[in-house]
Amino acid sequence: MTVLEAPAAPERPKAQDEGQLEKATERRNRRTYLALLLPGLLGLLVSFVFPLAYMVRMSFNQGSPDGVIVETFTLDTYIQPLTDPYYWKVTLDTFQMGVVVGILCVIVSYPVALFLARSTSKYRGLLIAIAIAPLLTSAVVRTYGWMVILGTNGLINSSLDGLGLIDTPLELTNNMTGVTIGLVEIFMPYAILAMISGFGRLSPQLEEAAGSLGASKFKVFTKVTLPLCLPGLLTAFLLVFVLSISTFITPRLLGGGSVQVLATEIYDQTTGLLNWPFAAALSVILLVLFGLIIAVYQRLTKKIGG
Amino acid sequence: MSSANATGAKVFKPRFNPAKPAFGLLVFLLYLFLLAPLLIVFVVSFASNQYLSFPPEGFTLKWYEMLPEESTFMEGMKVSLIVAAVVTLIVLALGVPAALALDRFEFKAKAAVQSFFLSPLLIPSIVLALGMVLLFGPLELNNTYAGIIIGHVAITIPFVIRTTLMSLATTDTSCEAAARILGAGSWTVFRRVTLPIIQPGVIAGGVIAFIVSFDEAVISLFVAESGLPTLPVQVLRYVENSADAAVAALSVILILISLAVVVVVERVMGLRKALR
Repeated sequence: MTVLEAPAAPERPKAQDEGQLEKATERRNRRTYLALLLPGLLGLLVSFVFPLAYMVRMSFNQGSPDGVIVETFTLDTYIQPLTDPYYWKVTLDTFQMGVVVGILCVIVSYPVALFLARSTSKYRGLLIAIAIAPLLTSAVVRTYGWMVILGTNGLINSSLDGLGLIDTPLELTNNMTGVTIGLVEIFMPYAILAMISGFGRLSPQLEEAAGSLGASKFKVFTKVTLPLCLPGLLTAFLLVFVLSISTFITPRLLGGGSVQVLATEIYDQTTGLLNWPFAAALSVILLVLFGLIIAVYQRLTKKIGG
Repeated sequence: MSSANATGAKVFKPRFNPAKPAFGLLVFLLYLFLLAPLLIVFVVSFASNQYLSFPPEGFTLKWYEMLPEESTFMEGMKVSLIVAAVVTLIVLALGVPAALALDRFEFKAKAAVQSFFLSPLLIPSIVLALGMVLLFGPLELNNTYAGIIIGHVAITIPFVIRTTLMSLATTDTSCEAAARILGAGSWTVFRRVTLPIIQPGVIAGGVIAFIVSFDEAVISLFVAESGLPTLPVQVLRYVENSADAAVAALSVILILISLAVVVVVERVMGLRKALR
């Protein structure tokens, strides 16, 4: 039937008119969205693309200890960190710190996220807000707080000393222990946020069903709850890992100069040694490391979401 | 029992389960751990101990009274406030139109453009900071307001784009279409219809951009440590040398500013939604 009622001849000009009108609107729309996008794109070009591009170019230059940059095209800046055992150690330490902080952060964030995901309390919204609000406080201030807690005269050492449990203060700052504790806490809100979003398939009905079918509490947790949480836990781990390997403030302050990771090394190479091309090469290495993990992360979140 | 049966939500009442309060206690302790550095700063800022030590010997406001005399902090505060205010205005002017284009128009490479706008959050700030100090060197922008502000634009734009998109996504375009059919011009449609719709996203994005810029330390450190240190840079330098109580009062003020931002964002669109 529809075949028989195919557009007749008189209809054609109208269709063409509509086509032209559509094209005109399209053209006007195009002008509008380009005008809307342009300022933002230019802003990012200046404050984001140019600095990164310039840095990548800089990484192929030749640096010297007196801060003079020789404009050339060499891979020397990459060969040094990739052949010098010291930089391998720094890179491995950075990696190790990321893994340890990631695992610990997931462990301490999981109960909170699980509690928030299941909660039916009328204060749930408030409790979520409290858990993620520290995201918007200064990293410097939070790290300072940890220095007060962990320092030689800090809360922990004073308390233990007052109780007569220790004679010499524990060394909780100026080493990796302090940096790890600080980072675990600082990245908890990110982990909780990632977990709550990742626990979508977790439902109390499934747990109840397993329970009424005779599974013990422990079995319900290991066979039902935990597997359902796994995607959320994994994304949280990867997120905290990438944040840890690139963080600067906390290793700087709580490490007190004795913790060397890629970020502190980049800073020392610039302000102390003025070896800009070398710092740029280290940054590119960090960026590549970072990009690889982000790619895995986005693959995973897409898989979980879809 | 009867009410539970009536709704059918729970058929049987579980017996007292000791795991439940234990889990509650665990969650409470973890919250305490999460908030520990912020809480301790409050305690120390009111403690009268001359040097950092525990327990607090008495209550005092002297650390707060000393603040106005600390010229480095006051200078840093001024720089940070100016930078954060200008950054907020700029990223709103750049980000809100871009978010509108991303939501209200169809075009090729839209997904790519959106990822591009959000991508600064995926780059370690130390890398971005190094790129900026390198680029700004020959341009003589290091140690200037312009340098710090340009540096902060990249890292704050994603927040504005995201919150504005969030409030655009929850509304349909019929109001705008209706206004247009009734003869309103583009500008009128924007001001009278679209703007009220996206207002929560714009406010949330604006205050988040403000606090992110105000608290940002790494880019400011690289770009302007020697010439125009912002407040976080001043605090960083101070804390690097001594973690005594003098900086606690200042930290409390920074925490309170963050708290104000948190309350605003939570009120207008929900913190979780805005930071996702």
